[in-house]
Amino acid sequence: MLFGETTTTGPTFFALAPLVLLFPLLGLLINLIWGGRLPEKAIGGIASGAVGLTFGVAILQMLSLFSHPEGTVIPLVDWITIGELNISWGIQVDTLSVTMMLVVSGVGCLIHIYAIAYMHDDVRLNGDPARYRRFFVFFNLFILAMMTLVSADNYLMLFVGWEGVGLCSYLLIGFWYDKGKDGIGNALAGNKAFITNRIGDFGFLLAAFTMFGLFGSFDFDQVFGQVEQVAELLPTGILLITIFMLIGVTGKSAQLPLYVWLPDAMAGPTPVSALIHAATMVTAGVYLITRSHPLYAVVPQAQSLVAWVGTLTALFAATIAIAQFDIKKVLAYSTISQLGFMVAAVGMGAYVPGMFHLVTHAFFKALLFLSSGSVIQGVERGLHEVEHHHKGKHSAGHHLDPQDMRNMGGLRERMPTTFWVYLIGALALAGIMPLAGFWSKDEILLKASYKDVRLYTLLSIAAFFTAFYMARQIILVFFGKPRSEAAAYASESPKLITIPLIILAVLSVFGGALNLPGIHAFGHWLEHTVHHVPGVKGGVELPEFSLQVAAISTGIALLAIILGWLIYARWGETLQKEKKPYVDPLELTAKPIFSVLTNKYWVDELYWALLVNPYKAFSRWLAEQVDWRFWHDWLHDAVLVNGFKRLTVLLAQPIDLGIIDGIANGLATLIQGGAAYLRRFQTGYVRNYALAVFFGVVAIMSYLIFVLR
Amino acid sequence: MDWLLHPLTLVTFLPLVGVLILLFLREEQKEIIRWVALGTSLATFIVSLVVLAQFQPSNPELQLVIRRVWIQVAGWDIAYHLGVDGLSILLVLLTTFLTPISILSTWTAIEERVKEFMIFFLLLEVGMVGVFLALDLFLFYIFWEFTLVPMYFLIGIWGGPRRMYAAIKFFLYTMAGSILMLLAILWLGIRGGTFSLPELIAQNNIPADVQIWLFLAFAAAFAIKVPMWPLHSWLPDAHVEAPTAGSVILAGVLLKMGTYGFLRFNLALFPQAAVQLAPIMAVLAVIGILYGAAVSFPQQDVKKLVAYSSVSHLGFVMLGLFALNPQGIQGSILQMVNHGISTGALFLIVGMIYERRHTRDMDAFGGLWKVMPVYGALTLIVALSSMGLPGLNGFVGEFTILLGAWEAGQSDGSLRSYLYAGFAAIGVILAAIYMLTMFQKLFLGPLDKEENRQLKDLNWREIVTLVPLVILIFWIGLYPKPFFSLMAPAVDKLVGNLALSVAALP
Repeated sequence: MLFGETTTTGPTFFALAPLVLLFPLLGLLINLIWGGRLPEKAIGGIASGAVGLTFGVAILQMLSLFSHPEGTVIPLVDWITIGELNISWGIQVDTLSVTMMLVVSGVGCLIHIYAIAYMHDDVRLNGDPARYRRFFVFFNLFILAMMTLVSADNYLMLFVGWEGVGLCSYLLIGFWYDKGKDGIGNALAGNKAFITNRIGDFGFLLAAFTMFGLFGSFDFDQVFGQVEQVAELLPTGILLITIFMLIGVTGKSAQLPLYVWLPDAMAGPTPVSALIHAATMVTAGVYLITRSHPLYAVVPQAQSLVAWVGTLTALFAATIAIAQFDIKKVLAYSTISQLGFMVAAVGMGAYVPGMFHLVTHAFFKALLFLSSGSVIQGVERGLHEVEHHHKGKHSAGHHLDPQDMRNMGGLRERMPTTFWVYLIGALALAGIMPLAGFWSKDEILLKASYKDVRLYTLLSIAAFFTAFYMARQIILVFFGKPRSEAAAYASESPKLITIPLIILAVLSVFGGALNLPGIHAFGHWLEHTVHHVPGVKGGVELPEFSLQVAAISTGIALLAIILGWLIYARWGETLQKEKKPYVDPLELTAKPIFSVLTNKYWVDELYWALLVNPYKAFSRWLAEQVDWRFWHDWLHDAVLVNGFKRLTVLLAQPIDLGIIDGIANGLATLIQGGAAYLRRFQTGYVRNYALAVFFGVVAIMSYLIFVLR
Repeated sequence: MDWLLHPLTLVTFLPLVGVLILLFLREEQKEIIRWVALGTSLATFIVSLVVLAQFQPSNPELQLVIRRVWIQVAGWDIAYHLGVDGLSILLVLLTTFLTPISILSTWTAIEERVKEFMIFFLLLEVGMVGVFLALDLFLFYIFWEFTLVPMYFLIGIWGGPRRMYAAIKFFLYTMAGSILMLLAILWLGIRGGTFSLPELIAQNNIPADVQIWLFLAFAAAFAIKVPMWPLHSWLPDAHVEAPTAGSVILAGVLLKMGTYGFLRFNLALFPQAAVQLAPIMAVLAVIGILYGAAVSFPQQDVKKLVAYSSVSHLGFVMLGLFALNPQGIQGSILQMVNHGISTGALFLIVGMIYERRHTRDMDAFGGLWKVMPVYGALTLIVALSSMGLPGLNGFVGEFTILLGAWEAGQSDGSLRSYLYAGFAAIGVILAAIYMLTMFQKLFLGPLDKEENRQLKDLNWREIVTLVPLVILIFWIGLYPKPFFSLMAPAVDKLVGNLALSVAALP
């Protein structure tokens, strides 16, 4: 065991690590079994408490790692043992896994608390309060699965968590399974997420098979320990593993070309979008590549492929975000884009910046999503207000989409707390100094600047669009005048919602302190795990600060914000006075480009035309024509039955007419005359018939025996 | 008379005691008839647990063997010869476990001719357990053919509208394959001077070219039973028309008789042929996986969808068997059990909704989760198990099978096996597509059909039929070790023999 023995100085809490799985499991079981009789606050409290305790355990692990940074593996059980295949399950405690545990349980706990209040309203707005409990059961299940993913000490257990979080994602996207477009939209979005992820998981499986073939193990320790030898013998093998793994990453972390499920996943309630589809689950791919860095380190081709996939995704998704009107869709494409930044970073070997951005992004993107939830519910409250107190005045309110930014505006005054935290989140995302996003994004850009100028340029353009779409969103939502009655009557959210927002806002402001240039606390923390493998190039680099890169990126962000301000605040305001239904200023000036972006480059339509519809048509053709009409009906009726009849008739002529002809006719009637037989069965001859068949079988057999004798 | 109280005799023939009791009951005493049948099958299950307790997992040999001369014909003995080992123990348990569950599922579904139904059902159990325990080729053949008779009547009497067509087709198709097997059995018995399987294996002197023919003759019977693509066209008919309990047993156990046959006879008796024909079997298996999954997807009838999904799942089993290595074969055996559990549960689930609505057309449903939350949750677990979600049973089987298939490429150094495993893994994607679509059409979306609004959630009896299966789904998924350790030594021995035979190949 690599990490087994340690020189103990002071107590460690490593033995408590399994509790990170136990607490969420207990939480979900308690709510599953007794939740039906508990009030909402208790259900939410139990679920949040379970995650809070998990966070406590993660903190203890962190403290232990301060004194024992090499970490340990806590073995749990043997899972599968067949021949040389030996998959046991242990908990990996090291600085990398504990980082993920802290993020998942910490941010997770805040989102759970937020959801206590948010889901209270959500279940009532959607007319089914009974689903409150189900939500928290699924939410705790997610924490359990995510903890399994990040705490696994081998690839297969990681995969258990990997698909487990996918299941929770599916369940929670389709949480309102009877809502959405035509009442089925949400359920279909869930299917899309699961199936797209399955395509990615197919890659993961192939990676696992190749890995077992080359290394004979799935254990991190075993695999990484042999990388050197295997890399000399079979570098192609490792290249295959890393590329197959990348397919898995593009599924789970929503990268090109498998990102398409994430925007649809916004069908889930907003806390789900924040926790699963922004802060934690979707970053699993980044974690996977970081975890597998010894493999990637020996295959530069795979690394550069990863970097390019990430970079192109970052840019591609950022452009789409510009032209979305749904407040959550903007954030969804933004998430895809930011995940692209992280993937690009780990592809360039910048593991610390990648993980750093993962952490800060978890703070500010969770903040943005939760705030958007606050906005949506604020508008919904406004809508409610309008409908109940101003009856008859406006009937248009019924069709109003509370997530459409065109129906918002001026919320700054109605929802001041939400506005300020949203602003902080947006500035952090845009990369404005000294907020968290600035530091982490800057490290990525810095790495790109001396790795490959093309990557650097593309990522910088993506950063420009990032600042631009966030400026657009802030202005459309919070500034100007309310563009609908609902927005005019919107109201601030309760404390249970705003307090987690404020905590996340504080984290988004100061999160950058984790890895300030020169100090690199986070870098030194991670380098215990993400270290230079002896004799293998690449590993942790602690990037220095470059004033030039920082100045350029800040300049880019500021420029984008000013441009956004000019277009949406100044020009948009004047446009708004003339036209009643809101029109995006860019739509007026650059309609063709804007509509390409609004329609997301028609990628969904393309996939539909190239994959979904052909598969549907093909399987239908296979089922109806090939399998049924040809193979089942034609072959059976025309070939087998008629063929047999003809054969028997043919044979009947020269051979004994009496016997064989009789059998042939008998068989023919047997098959054709089902109805006749039916009548006979209903007259009670079953036993006789059974006996007849049985004796028939015995008779044939005895005949054969004696003939052959 | 010690043979009469031998545990294997008891586990095989105990259901006959129930049949005997049922003969003395009047048709009108439906409740008593049901309880007698259930009690008998439960007693049989308990006896099978006794067998398990006496079974030594570390011993690769046949155990609890009983052998008595039964028929003597011209110097050859046909023996009453039973035994159990790691290859069969789980399938025996699966049979005795699924039978009471199936009987419980008929409680309200079967109201006509209950007595006859239960008699046929218990007779069926005798045949199935006998197939898994018989070590005499002739005895095996008798049990094998005997299972056809009760199943024929279960479909033909208590089945759907086209039951006679389905029953006859089922009978004739399987019978047609069996005849070739019978000829091969006779050839083997006459040539070897014995019908005893262990003795024939020990002789190990069949020339490689003859092995091919014998392999194919046995394969004809087994491949139809499995069913391997393209011999599956009897399956959708039989499943769609069979009553729920019949479908559960058909999918859960009868199909396994085919895969078990390959394992017990083809791999053991004709090892060289098995190695030589493995690529063909693997190709057919992979086609079956993909074909079954693709054809499942557009089905309107839930039962038909589940039936075709069996073609896909059994493809996995066949692929694992013909990987001819421990991972593949152990994965296959476990997957036989998994398929019995998951698909058995799926048929029970279909039966429950059919009893309520008298239709299986997926368009007639939608949004059921709202009115039947327990039913929805249990269905979801079973569906996820069936599509191989890690942490549930299906994954453990499929993963080890695929890994075994991949490993086969490692050992024979050809690209072929990698391709089999790679293409088969696509089946995992396709499984998600048809299963999720099914779940969505039944349970998700708006509850917009008037007839569905008043549907009652599962009652206690229905929950009791499903819960044992769900427990096993989690157990095997989370801690499969006890199941693997039951079969490991026997599989290792089988693989060892195969390896020796490969070495002997020119």
